[in-house]
Order: sequence, then C-alpha cells, then structure tokens
Amino acid sequence: MKVFLGIDLGSTTSKAVIVDADGHIIGRGITNTRSDYAVAARIAQTEAEFSSRFTLLKRAVAVRSANGKNWEAIFDSLENRFHCLQFELRFDDLIAAMQANEASVADASLRSRMMAALPEVAVEVKETVRKRFFANEVSATSQFFRDLFNAAYMRALEWSHPELFDEMVALYDRSINPVENREMQFNFHDLVQQALPQLPQEYQSAIADIQACLKEIEAFDMTPADYVGTGYGRQLLPFQEKHIKSEILCHAMGAHACFPQTRTVLDIGGQDTKAIQVDGLGLVTSFQMNDRCAAGCGRYLGYIADEMNINVGELGPLALKAGYAANICSTCTVFAGAELREHLNLGEKKENILAGLHQAIVQRAFGLIARSGGVRNEFTLTGGVARNPAVRKYVTDMVHQNYGRDITINTDPDSIFMGALGASLFAARRK
Amino acid sequence: MEIQKELSMVKQKQMLAEQFMELSQVRETGRKVCYTFVPGNLTELIYAFDMLPVYPEINSLQSGMRKKSEEYIREAEDIGYSEDVCSYVKCDIGMMLQGNIGPTGQQLPPPDLLLLSYTGCFVFMKWFENLKHLYPNTEIAMLHIPYQEAGKIEPSAVKYVVDQLKTEVIPKFEKVSGQKFDIDRLAEKLKLSAKAEELLVDIFDSARHRPSPIDAYFGGVYYIGPIFTAFRGSEDCVDYYKELKSEVDYRVAHKLGPITPDGYMEKERFRLVVEGPPNWTHFREFWKLFYGLGAVFVSSTYTRVGGVYDDGFRHSPDSPLESLAVYCMGCYTNRNLPQRIDLMERCLKRYQADGLLVNSIKSCNSFSAGQLVMMRDLEERLAIPVGFIETDLVDPRYYSFSNIKNRLDSFFQMLEQRQTIRVSDDTLSDDVVV
Repeated sequence: MKVFLGIDLGSTTSKAVIVDADGHIIGRGITNTRSDYAVAARIAQTEAEFSSRFTLLKRAVAVRSANGKNWEAIFDSLENRFHCLQFELRFDDLIAAMQANEASVADASLRSRMMAALPEVAVEVKETVRKRFFANEVSATSQFFRDLFNAAYMRALEWSHPELFDEMVALYDRSINPVENREMQFNFHDLVQQALPQLPQEYQSAIADIQACLKEIEAFDMTPADYVGTGYGRQLLPFQEKHIKSEILCHAMGAHACFPQTRTVLDIGGQDTKAIQVDGLGLVTSFQMNDRCAAGCGRYLGYIADEMNINVGELGPLALKAGYAANICSTCTVFAGAELREHLNLGEKKENILAGLHQAIVQRAFGLIARSGGVRNEFTLTGGVARNPAVRKYVTDMVHQNYGRDITINTDPDSIFMGALGASLFAARRK
Repeated sequence: MEIQKELSMVKQKQMLAEQFMELSQVRETGRKVCYTFVPGNLTELIYAFDMLPVYPEINSLQSGMRKKSEEYIREAEDIGYSEDVCSYVKCDIGMMLQGNIGPTGQQLPPPDLLLLSYTGCFVFMKWFENLKHLYPNTEIAMLHIPYQEAGKIEPSAVKYVVDQLKTEVIPKFEKVSGQKFDIDRLAEKLKLSAKAEELLVDIFDSARHRPSPIDAYFGGVYYIGPIFTAFRGSEDCVDYYKELKSEVDYRVAHKLGPITPDGYMEKERFRLVVEGPPNWTHFREFWKLFYGLGAVFVSSTYTRVGGVYDDGFRHSPDSPLESLAVYCMGCYTNRNLPQRIDLMERCLKRYQADGLLVNSIKSCNSFSAGQLVMMRDLEERLAIPVGFIETDLVDPRYYSFSNIKNRLDSFFQMLEQRQTIRVSDDTLSDDVVV
C-alpha cells in the first residue's frame, strides 16, 4: 500500500494528512507553527504517521478479532495514553531546560526559591495533564504541548507559589521556544508498549489482539510515495518547487473531496481569509483573499481570547449563550480589543460582546465573498475557525440572509485539515 | 530604462529626447506649451497651432520608473494632499513643487494653456484646478466629453463635442498661440495619425500567433508611447510603427516570442489578457513575475486607454473635428462596463487566452471601479480562470511583492490545471498556428 502526504504550513498551526492511493484519509497530525517551520512540518508529519499507524492497527485488529469489542473506544483510550506519554517526554525536556536556565535569574536568593519550587510545581502540572488525558478531555487537534503545559503551570503557580508567579512565568517564556524548535524523536513501538498496560481494566483483554497485529503495522513503511506542501509558509518548506502547491487550490480540492457539489469555499485561517469559487471538478475559477489587514481571521479570535483570559476554544460556545450581539466595529483587531474593554466597562455581558465579535469576523469574511462573486450552492466552510460554533452560526445566518435558505452549508469535522487534505490528494493524483 | 536593443526602441528614445530638448528651449524659441491628458488627447490640434504638448500623467509614470515618485508624493502629502488622492496627481504636483524637472533631467516649461479634455477620469478636472493654482496666469480650455452611458456614440454627442471644439477649445488655442486655426493643417496630421493607427492595430493583432511575438502589456506600454503622446500625427510616428512592425513580423516569421529584459521569451506557457494599468515603481520586477513563468499578455485594456482602434475607428482627414470628437469618446475608460466586458471577451477569444488577470490600482478609480463585476461576468461567460491582484501606479507603498506573488502563484496553478481549455474563435485566420 502506498501512502501520500500533504502538509499545510499555516501561520498558526501546521497540519499533515496522509491518504491512501484512493484518497482516503488514514492519518492526521497537527501542531502549533513555530519559528522553525521545518520542525513544525516534521512534527505534524510524525503525528500523522502515528495516527495512520493507529488507523491501520485498528483496522487489522478489527479484522482479526470478531469478538464485538468496542474498538473505537479502546483505541481512543490507547491513543490518549500514547499522546500523554509524548507529552511527558516533552515535559521532561522543558523542565530540564528551565532548570538549565536558572542562571538567567540574577538574584541568588530568588533563584534558589524558584529552583526549589520548580519540582513541586512540575509534579502538579504532570499530574493535572495526565488526568486530563486519561479522562479523554484533551483534543489532539486543538491543544498542543505549549497550551497544555501553560494552562496547568499557571494554575499550579497561582495555587502553590503566587509570590513567584511572574518570575516563574518569565522562566517558562525563556525556555519554551528553544524546546519547541527542537525536534524530539519518539519511538512508536516503545510508546505503544508503555501505553498498553495503562489501558483501563475493562480494555485489558484487548491487549493480546493488539499485540498480535502490532508487528506488522510497525513494519509498515510510512515513507510517502509522493508529497505536496502548501499554506502560508510553503515556500519555507524544504521541498522542491514541484512539491509546493498554492493553498487556494488545496483548500478547494479538500472541500471538493469532502463535498463534491461545493461551488464556493470560505476558508478562515489564522491570518488570512479566502473566498474561493470552484467548478464541478474542484478547479478554482476565482478567489479573493484579504491583504494589508488580518482583522476577521483566526488570530483575531486568539487575540480576543487572550484579552479575556480564556481558551480560544471556549469563545464560540460562550458567544452562543448571548442574548444579542453587541455592536462591534469589524475593521481592526487591535481596536476590537479596545472596544471589548469599553463594553466590559459599560457593564455589557461577556457573552453578548463575544457574539458581536464573532458577528464582526463573519461580516468581514462576507465582504470578501461578495468580492469573489458571492455564495453559490453548495457552500463549504473550511479552516480552523470553522470549528467555532458561533462562527458557524453567523455564517449560516449570513448565507441565508444574503443568498437564500436553499444554499446547502457544509462543514467537515476535519475542516482544519482541508488544505493538507487537498495537498495530499494532489500528491496522490501524481502517482 | 533600456529593455531592448531594437531599432524601434532606439528611435523612440531619440524622439523623446528631441521632444524634451524642444520643451527645454521654449524660452529661446518662443513656442507655447500645452499641458493635457493622454486619454482622448488632441495632440494633432496642439501641433496644428505649433504648440508643444506636455502630459503630466506620463511625467508621473516616468517618475515612478525612475524611483522618484515616492519623494514627490510625500512632498504633495506634506502640503495637504490625502493618502487617498490619485498618486499620478500627487507625483506630478510634487515634481512641480521641486522645480518641474522632467524625465530627461531637463526642466519642463510652465504651461501656457491647460487643455482639460477629461475622458473617463473625473480626477483630471481637480488635477488641473490645482495646476491652475500653481500657474495662476495660465489659460484653461475645457472640453467636456460625454460618457458612453448608452454604450454607443450618439450623433448629438458628436455635435456637442465639435461645438465645444469650435467655440471653446480652438479660440483658446488661437488666443494663446497667436495663430489662426487652419483645418487643412489639422487634416494633414490626421492623415498621418490614421496611417500610424493602422500599423498599431496590426502590431497588436500579431498576438494571434503562437508564440505571441509581443507582450501586449509590458511591451505594449512602450508600443503605445508615440501614438498616445506627443507624436501622433507626425511622420516620425509613422516611421516608428513601420520599424516596429517589421521587427514584429520578423519574430512571427522566426516563431520568436516577445523580448523581455532577459532576452526572447523562450517558452510560452500561459496566454493572458489583463485589465488595468501596470505598476510603474517596480515595473521590471512586476514583469518578471510573468515572463519568468512563461506568461505572456496577448492583450491588455491599458493599451487602449489612449484610444480604441480595434473596431475600425481611425482619425479622418475628411471630417477632422468630428473624428477628434469620436476619438475622445471612444477611449477605453470612457466606455461603459458592458462595452468594456464585450471588448475583453473579444480579446480573450481572438487571442486564445488562458485566463484574465485584473491588476486593480489602488488610486485609480476610473480603471478600478467595476472591475470585480467585469471579472465575474467574464468568468461566467467564458468559464475561464480569473485572477485579481492589487498594486498602485506610482505609489511604491502600495506594492507588496509577497502579496502579489502569493496571489499569482495560485492564479498560475489555476491556469496549469486548465491548460486544456482553449476558447475557440471562428474568426481566426488560417495562418495562425495552434
């Protein structure tokens, strides 16, 4: 079996998708984009390879054992433990880097208090994150090592060492970037062997079946027969020109593959929004994208989440609880922050402000759609922001208001992977 | 800027050098100077009174190419011109404020007459209002050109323009030049104009061949130089086009592509039609984004901004004033959107283009307004890929290489996907190699 790889190096996240020769997705990988783009791309690729091995393993085990086990749940559990082990290896690396950075604290007494506190805080962080993984609370597509560590670290510091909070956060800030830009090697076999005994008691009986199939899956060659890179950072990928494709074409191709009747694609990414018109073959006929200003993109939401001190994933669900949408001017991300504070000062509810912010983003995106020729049936929303339920709500409202209720609106759970999927399909087509 | 070593290019440079030399010597020669605009210009009439024309738009684009425009624009902004004002205007005003040194390094004389024949651009009126403040003692002649709202030139509109020529424009010329109007002199020049126009049409039509022997945009802006500016109606102009035509014929006979700054374009991969003026501040870099990938422009609307000849219009010695009127009204930006769409459709078909590109100009409303509508219409009519980029005429602050490159990467890949699609046209003649 041949596999094909697509990598979408976005401004915020880097995604990888592996497909088989028929264009079916077998694995997905994602990580946050960092200053070393090549590392981000390789991490996404490695994650997609691991994800593919789990897919193949699950298929093999299901074929082998006809015992009616709930393999989906078992593999969810196994993969969570596998990811937790990966987290812990990165965690050890980061703690070691923070310890090695102790010299950056000039005051000797402060330094010794920080170094005394660090192991204690580290244990707390590790435990918190482990619990979250084991409770299936961590989504591999939205919470990366940095986010998981950061959230737990802040909470642990507030709880146990509030007097060292600023200094300890500064120490983390100094250490995380070099650690993130180092590529860590993970051994699939070793991690699976460590993860299997950690499965809950009720799944222990599945271990024998999994072990029986594991060797064959581990031996499977995941080297892609062909690959294509796309996205904002595509020119920085260590790929030859023939392996690089525009993200406009890749998003269109991904959307077409998932929803073949797609004629208009709206992709809201980290820093750009694209309105794309496609024909029945998935070929792009025209597109418009924002330039000179990134208001109305994913970064805008990230900025608002920071301003409100909440996780970006919580924004949408909170906005859906609004009674109405507060009026927010949609022209500038930075000014939106100021508007947000103004509304809060005036006593406006958080939910209503967030609803207004979401509406503003969508209005902005619809300006681009209008420039590109409007919405044609069917309409497909792609990109990371498509996962935000409030964005989906306002997009649906806007489509219905402006282009009629007959328009079919599609959003795939894999919306964030659309560009990478399109890239992998271009790779597979060249076979 | 030296981009090709052909004789036509050398000749054009000589013609320009002589023109600017004459302009620099008006104090000695006593010749009067008329500032006017390119679209729908009345160059033959200016020469019929022995006056010399100056085209502020051309000075601005030359300043852009010589990397002087940003300084001039800032100068104009310093005295209060807003960021959103047409960059040609600001560049021109800035140049005048800094001593009116023209593209050849010689000082340009002040105007004796401001001939405002505004055609498809309403900024022109404000532009000359501002020049009037800079040169308060200058005469102004105003020629109002009706927009082709109904998509055709009505006889009443021709009469309206001719009446203005007779009652407003010609008397002003007579007053400033001290010469009596001689219609036979004008007719003689128009005869030469028509000859050059005939040659120009043939030259641009050579893009029917594969490979196209010309780039109708980046090369085209040089080809329109003499006819749209100071030379239409002269023997020199006819000679220039004869020379150019023989060069183009040579390339057709030898199946050669157009000449680029890096020599002959070797492989023609994409044939494009473009709407909108080019960017002048990064002209070569902009051009290379296309020829570097084997993309050639087989037709452009910008090369029709000074006059449209495709549909058979020629200046006529038999009805001099009427033909000037029709010429002014026929300019590209004086046509309504359906006419512009039809013209582009004809070009896309006739020159077997793979796609349409729009270069939208930040500070040019007369070109940019309606471009998205036209683009969408053509995309639907012909099922061709369309691309959209944004630059500016001469304000380098609005030229973002990475933004343009990013969009063009996608556009070229769209074209690659559709290489098989060709728009056929039964009007093609047999000698066209497909």
